[in-house]
Amino acid sequence: MEVEKYLALPNDIDIAEGKRIEQLIAASQRPIPDPDSWIDQEIQRNVLVTSVDYIVDWARSRSLFPLMFGLACCAFEMIGMATSRFDIARYGMDIFRWSPRQADVMIVAGTLTWKMAPALRKVYDQMAEPKWVIAMGQCTISGGPFRESYSVVPGINRIVPVDVYVPGCPPRPEALIYGITRLHQKIVKGSIKKP
Amino acid sequence: MALQTEPFILNVGPQHPSTHGVFRMKVTLDGEVVVDVEPVIGYLHRGIEKMGENRTYTQIIPLTDRLDYLASLTNNLAYVLAVEKLAGIKIPERAEYLRIIMAESMRISSHLMAVGFFLNDLGAMMTPVLYMWREREKLLDLFEMVCGQRLTYNYMRIGGVSHDIPEEFLPAMKKFVTEMPGFLDEYDQLIASNEIVLVRTKGVGVLPKETAIDIGASGPVLRASGVKWDTRKADPYSIYDRFDFDIPIGAAGDNYDRYWVRMQEMRQSLRILEQAMAQLPKGEVIADVPQLLRPPVGEAYGHIEAPKGELGFYLVSDNSIAPYRFHIHPPTLINLTALKDMVVGWKIADLIVTFGSIDVVLGEIDR
Amino acid sequence: MTTALAGEQVAKKINEAYPSAVAVADKTAVIVNSDSLFQVAEFLKKAPEFDFNYLGDLTAVDYTDYFEVVYRLVSLEHNYSLVLKTRCYDRENPAVPSVTKLWRAADFMEREAYDLMGIIFMGHPNLKRLLLWEGFEGYPLRRDYL
Repeated sequence: MEVEKYLALPNDIDIAEGKRIEQLIAASQRPIPDPDSWIDQEIQRNVLVTSVDYIVDWARSRSLFPLMFGLACCAFEMIGMATSRFDIARYGMDIFRWSPRQADVMIVAGTLTWKMAPALRKVYDQMAEPKWVIAMGQCTISGGPFRESYSVVPGINRIVPVDVYVPGCPPRPEALIYGITRLHQKIVKGSIKKP
Repeated sequence: MALQTEPFILNVGPQHPSTHGVFRMKVTLDGEVVVDVEPVIGYLHRGIEKMGENRTYTQIIPLTDRLDYLASLTNNLAYVLAVEKLAGIKIPERAEYLRIIMAESMRISSHLMAVGFFLNDLGAMMTPVLYMWREREKLLDLFEMVCGQRLTYNYMRIGGVSHDIPEEFLPAMKKFVTEMPGFLDEYDQLIASNEIVLVRTKGVGVLPKETAIDIGASGPVLRASGVKWDTRKADPYSIYDRFDFDIPIGAAGDNYDRYWVRMQEMRQSLRILEQAMAQLPKGEVIADVPQLLRPPVGEAYGHIEAPKGELGFYLVSDNSIAPYRFHIHPPTLINLTALKDMVVGWKIADLIVTFGSIDVVLGEIDR
Repeated sequence: MTTALAGEQVAKKINEAYPSAVAVADKTAVIVNSDSLFQVAEFLKKAPEFDFNYLGDLTAVDYTDYFEVVYRLVSLEHNYSLVLKTRCYDRENPAVPSVTKLWRAADFMEREAYDLMGIIFMGHPNLKRLLLWEGFEGYPLRRDYL
């Protein structure tokens, strides 16, 4: 039966989006390694760092501006962390920037689907160096309860490199604050120095 | 000489502060006036309907939590009602009352968020949200006392609820119910006489009565347009016919009416909570149901009045441990059909506010 | 309390107006042939004793021999509800008339049934994919997908 005449013609924007998604699926078959695995053991033992480096790292770790990338349920625990009960304003992070050009750390909270993945990669690419990524919740670490589904990315480290993983479904705001303090410690030790 | 203009398409993209989640709109603008809106969804489509076919009836309950994640208990309740209708299970009295107490407090929590973020969209950056959040944190403490979780509760079971409430719960809940009307009055005073809110929301985003029925709207969106239809009164489920409460109906169907209906519904929920706590009987909290339930062949549609509208679950069973078809009827997807009618001719700032007043949750739209 | 109308009563009334439309009518639902679906739906909406002006739900089920599209109609005035079904036996190109002209609520629900099951709704103003991206191969909710 001739049924093509009942279907609507998709417009160019939708076709271009579909092609981008298919290309991204083909390119993301393996996870991206975590950022500090490139530091070779040899280099760590042989290089000394000055105290200027230490102060610069200390300054970088305080008052990071987070980028709100709340996708699903974990977003509400992230907003809960920003409200007056759990209060991340004491870490200097109270302004959630929505523009990636002004942000330092991207907190991805919620399930990432293949349809949304090109947007995530684009926003990550638009952030200025130095930048870090926190993966919040089970869905970003490994796909979570939806891993077997046909449209869920099994872990955001297929798309962007991740620095801190915070497990939980959803993690309590205290758990996310602990993750942020671990990120502070990682940034301070992030220079090429034996920990 | 006439000024030459040309409409252009603006992408209000998936990562945006005011789209309440990953929602995308292709807006055709002529200057600042909206000419056309096309919603694009599917950025959170996780395939819950397909996953439901591979899980047992009890294993689907945590999946239903993640649909409308701001009102998880009512999702659980709708699903469990559908299974009980299919299998013909009767549940004990105490479980019925506990379900009503949890569902109505969930409604208050969800409406607090809806109203807070609606005012956030109007431009009052985060202050109303923080006020509402203060009250919501009290409710989340109460839920944590009972269910152990703050956001996705997984508390209802087929045949009742999963465990009984501890002793500290009832006095704490009574304290909350007595203090809340004072807070709502203070909030009303701050907002309802504020001239900016009134000018920006009255008469904006009108949804007429016939259109609301035609597009199948439900919940506060339908009631603000003047249609007196609430599933708790029209088709009572559980034991709602024993309680005495009113249904607020709006007159004009604009943004202010949708906000007003939600505020009034919170007060009615407090009334139901008082009555339910006074009548709470003693007894068991779960019926005797086999662990791997095999309902008889057939189908059932269980629907409730969720805070966002009429949430329904359609289950088809073929006498095995997993459903044959598991379908979710989302209220917010259907309410979204009217977005184009409500905003064409208004400016882009009104588009954001009108969209906020429909109160969408993307987990439910995309499933 | 919403009374769910029994299938046989409604089938009798439909048979008076459209004699060959009803295929099966049992206690829970009325099953009509897919060719006369639009006329029967229009009759149910306009007849004063029924007045089904609200479309509650629209979904599709894949029984491996045929597809079944299920409509749940509600009358706000009389507080009735009715389940109307239609079957489609073609596996390659299943097609059913669209009811968007009667109830605009069917707009997104039919698009979703097309997206996930592959059922074509003839007469829909904008039938394209809703939840999955353009270029996705296959229809996920069918029983033979994966």
